[in-house]
Amino acid sequence: MEAVNLLSSNRYTEKQIGYLFISVLVNSNSELIRLINNAIKNDLASRNPTFMGLALHCIANVGSREMAEAFAGEIPKILVAGDTMDSVKQSAALCLLRLYRTSPDLVPMGDWTSRVVHLLNDQHLGVVTAATSLITTLAQKNPEEFKTSVSLAVSRLSRIVTSASTDLQDYTYYFVPAPWLSVKLLRLLQCYPPPEDPAVRGRLTECLETILNKAQEPPKSKKVQHSNAKNAVLFEAISLIIHHDSEPSLLVRACGQLGQFLQHRETNLRYLALESMCALAGSEFSHDAVKTHIDTVINALKTERDVSVRQRAVDLLYAMCDRSNAQQIVAEMLSYLETADYSIREEIVLKVAILAEKYAVDYTWYVDTILNLIRIAGDYVSEEVWYRVIQIVINRDDVQGYAAKTVFEALQAPACHENLVKVGGYILGEFGNLIAGDPRSSPLIQFHLLHSKFHLCSVPTRALLLSTYIKFVNLFPEVKTTIQDVLRSDSQLKNADVELQQRAVEYLRLSTVASTDILATVLEEMPPFPERESSILAKLKKKKGPNTVTDLEEAKRERSADVNGGPEPAPASAASTPSPSADLLGLGAAPPAPAGPPPSSGGLLVDVFSDSPSAVAPLAPGSEDNFARFVCKNNGVLFENQLLQIGLKSEFRQNLGRMFIFYGNKTSTQFLNFTPTLICSDDLQMNLSLQTKPVDPTVDGGAQVQQVVNIECVSDFTEAPVLNIQFRYGGTFQNVSVKLPITLNKFFQPTEMASQDFFQRWKQLSNPQQEVQNIFKAKHPMDTEITKAKIIGFGSALLEEVDPNPANFVGAGIIHTRTTQIGCLLRLEPNLQAQMYRLTLRTSKETVSQRLCELLSVFLHLCCVSSFPCCK
Amino acid sequence: MIKAILIFNNHGKPRVSKFYQPYSEDTRQQIIRETFHLVSKRDENVCNFLGGLLIGGSDNKLIYRHYATLYFVFCVDSSESELAILDLMQVFVETLDKCFENVCELDLISHVDKVHNILAEMVMGGMVLETNMNEIVTQIDAQNKLEKSEAGLAGAPAHRDAYIFSN
Repeated sequence: MEAVNLLSSNRYTEKQIGYLFISVLVNSNSELIRLINNAIKNDLASRNPTFMGLALHCIANVGSREMAEAFAGEIPKILVAGDTMDSVKQSAALCLLRLYRTSPDLVPMGDWTSRVVHLLNDQHLGVVTAATSLITTLAQKNPEEFKTSVSLAVSRLSRIVTSASTDLQDYTYYFVPAPWLSVKLLRLLQCYPPPEDPAVRGRLTECLETILNKAQEPPKSKKVQHSNAKNAVLFEAISLIIHHDSEPSLLVRACGQLGQFLQHRETNLRYLALESMCALAGSEFSHDAVKTHIDTVINALKTERDVSVRQRAVDLLYAMCDRSNAQQIVAEMLSYLETADYSIREEIVLKVAILAEKYAVDYTWYVDTILNLIRIAGDYVSEEVWYRVIQIVINRDDVQGYAAKTVFEALQAPACHENLVKVGGYILGEFGNLIAGDPRSSPLIQFHLLHSKFHLCSVPTRALLLSTYIKFVNLFPEVKTTIQDVLRSDSQLKNADVELQQRAVEYLRLSTVASTDILATVLEEMPPFPERESSILAKLKKKKGPNTVTDLEEAKRERSADVNGGPEPAPASAASTPSPSADLLGLGAAPPAPAGPPPSSGGLLVDVFSDSPSAVAPLAPGSEDNFARFVCKNNGVLFENQLLQIGLKSEFRQNLGRMFIFYGNKTSTQFLNFTPTLICSDDLQMNLSLQTKPVDPTVDGGAQVQQVVNIECVSDFTEAPVLNIQFRYGGTFQNVSVKLPITLNKFFQPTEMASQDFFQRWKQLSNPQQEVQNIFKAKHPMDTEITKAKIIGFGSALLEEVDPNPANFVGAGIIHTRTTQIGCLLRLEPNLQAQMYRLTLRTSKETVSQRLCELLSVFLHLCCVSSFPCCK
Repeated sequence: MIKAILIFNNHGKPRVSKFYQPYSEDTRQQIIRETFHLVSKRDENVCNFLGGLLIGGSDNKLIYRHYATLYFVFCVDSSESELAILDLMQVFVETLDKCFENVCELDLISHVDKVHNILAEMVMGGMVLETNMNEIVTQIDAQNKLEKSEAGLAGAPAHRDAYIFSN
């Protein structure tokens, strides 16, 4: 209370103490907040710049939602008012930025936005810097509104870059003109594609060239601060060049510059150069230029003293790797692995495994590499890695013999890693016969070799070895008795571990009872695995999260999809979303269950008799199917049984919708206690707001009642609300649940755009999390017109003549929610020969991509011609 | 955005800490401890950046510098340029130097409020506000003047209090 009194004091010292106190001790004590807000409001209105500054600081430092609610409308006015002092403007810009970050929904866009853009022309560089920060953040969310800032930013930048270092007086830092502002402006430009206006574009290119030229000039000062500031601008310019990815000459120059930094004395510069080069390697113009620095990078890996820098070197090697240098890079990474820091070993192992697989021309090399990997860093080789080796060996006939020979040799080592035993056990079990001709690796020797490791292994490995033994029984009848003896021994048959015991018992019986034919069938060689996304890659992605390296990875994967010489990935059942559970035996790889009726066949019957009104019935059978049909139609019958019919009529505009639900009583008897309820999970409740009024509890025979639901999409959502209806019909209690077809795509608005725009945006959304892809088989004849209509029915605009391949379908639209608008791009590539579709969705939000992809694939699956006319 | 600014000495004693995101007191202490642990075990002439392993996810980076007995650490997210932050740190230290005349650890301890004021002139709610040293110094001087002019009556005892407190 005392503090609040201090706030309203007119003395600077007292006020300041008051504010200090509040920024330290404020919490959501509602009583005080109101008083504090009042005091702040007074100060904002006071026209005393010092007081206004204090108040703005306080708002920014607390930055809570309550503050945003109270002041988000006020601050833009201060910001653009003509008579505001420069320092206050500066604070206001940043304060607004802070509020926008905490609660973007509360900051109203309005005419002030255009005036903010003009702050870029302000006399006072401090104001410009603050405004640039603000615009950068706002422009990321609303690129359209701030488009005009590009040309202003470019001209501002060129004025700074070409100015003599004395022009800007106070803002020259160690002979570098306004480094912070330059950095901020370059960041702002990274929100946009290269400017379209050739004049602006030329000017920008000129700026970037000047910045690159300046890097070559002799330093104006020996101080480290001078070079720091200069290089900060330079690095930012390089990332802009990489972002635009359109001027080959600039890209190559940037690469040359970074190459110089790779050998610079300053560790910081080496670190940043490696990091930027990683991004540069992804551009096709400069990929080759980056490759020329391979020796330097490898050298850095070997000699660098700082682990952060070495880590970057590994990243860069990974990014620059292609078929021409894969052998060298993998060899270097392997040798580095022996001395690498423990914290990054697992990541290196994954990277080596991926590179080895991707660029393997010769699969013997691949097998060697992986076995080496297990030898050097067995502890860091995760399950995925050795699963993958086995998948590849099984799928490729030409390496099986070699693999068997190599693992056999590797197993001879007195101490070998358990992972090697696993790989060895599996491969010998499958392909041991290929090397059995050699007396040095006769069946018996193979068996003894494996069995000598048996006792040192953990339970899962032992289980695997037991399976290998039974496979041996099939492959080599001559060792059958030896193996039976082993299985029969007490340590197996009476093993404390249930799994081992069971395997031993079953295998023993199998080997004694079954005839050779049966054995041969049961223990046949494993069938080839379906091609699917490398589980290792999925693992690396999961580990790293959003990261430039994996971005590149994706891009490169596309370019070199068939490097493996394997067939074009034709995943019959492959879920191409990364599924870390993809397991070795392919047993767990069952495709996600199609959205069929849930297992509640007896559900309705049971519910008719159950009398507990609180229980919610399981979903009615068939409702899923029906639900999918409603993905792109708004009116129709949702549910029908002998008693009740539920019809729907709905309309959606932007993020709002209204749904009329009609309940029809098909009998001649009254329904009593008729109560429909909408059930949303907690998650859904936050993202989707539904409002409705209760309906009349009695429904006469043959009558129909109507219920209106007002819908607002607050944020994107995945589940659908469930409509539960309970009523009494002639003494029995009825309980029905159906999913209400309110799906995300209902809030889809089509957007038209030109080909160039489309691909520009497509490229911007290249983060692996923004993209979701699904490949599936067409269930119905692939008719172009119908597919087109389906895409339009789904809500997006169909863009003609955008894709270079006229057979592909391309669409774009915006999902409207209360909080944001999410742009969505979609691309459907039919493959007529294989009768397959590849559907790719890119949006700025992972969950949205995911959900839309699910919805559209289910819908494309389902909609046959007969049910089709429903989608206009 | 700048998430936090920490200053601690060679022994890990925090001298100034400013967080621009709400963390509980315990988390704050833990962040300071962990940061010190990470930063202090690094060699003198390695690079000034540490990424990937810190508070709240992999997006964050530590940018630090070691001045005599003090570590200055800025924790930032990926929207900030590393070298620019390094320069900002330099401006901060030079400003402290101007305001305190040969700044040392003791100055930071006894004039925490001043340090916070200077910081407030440079960084606001996690965003860089002003980078021009002269401007910052002018603002601070103006504040000091205001304080002095108002100190007329109650100022003297208040000053003594502060002095006793710092001992």
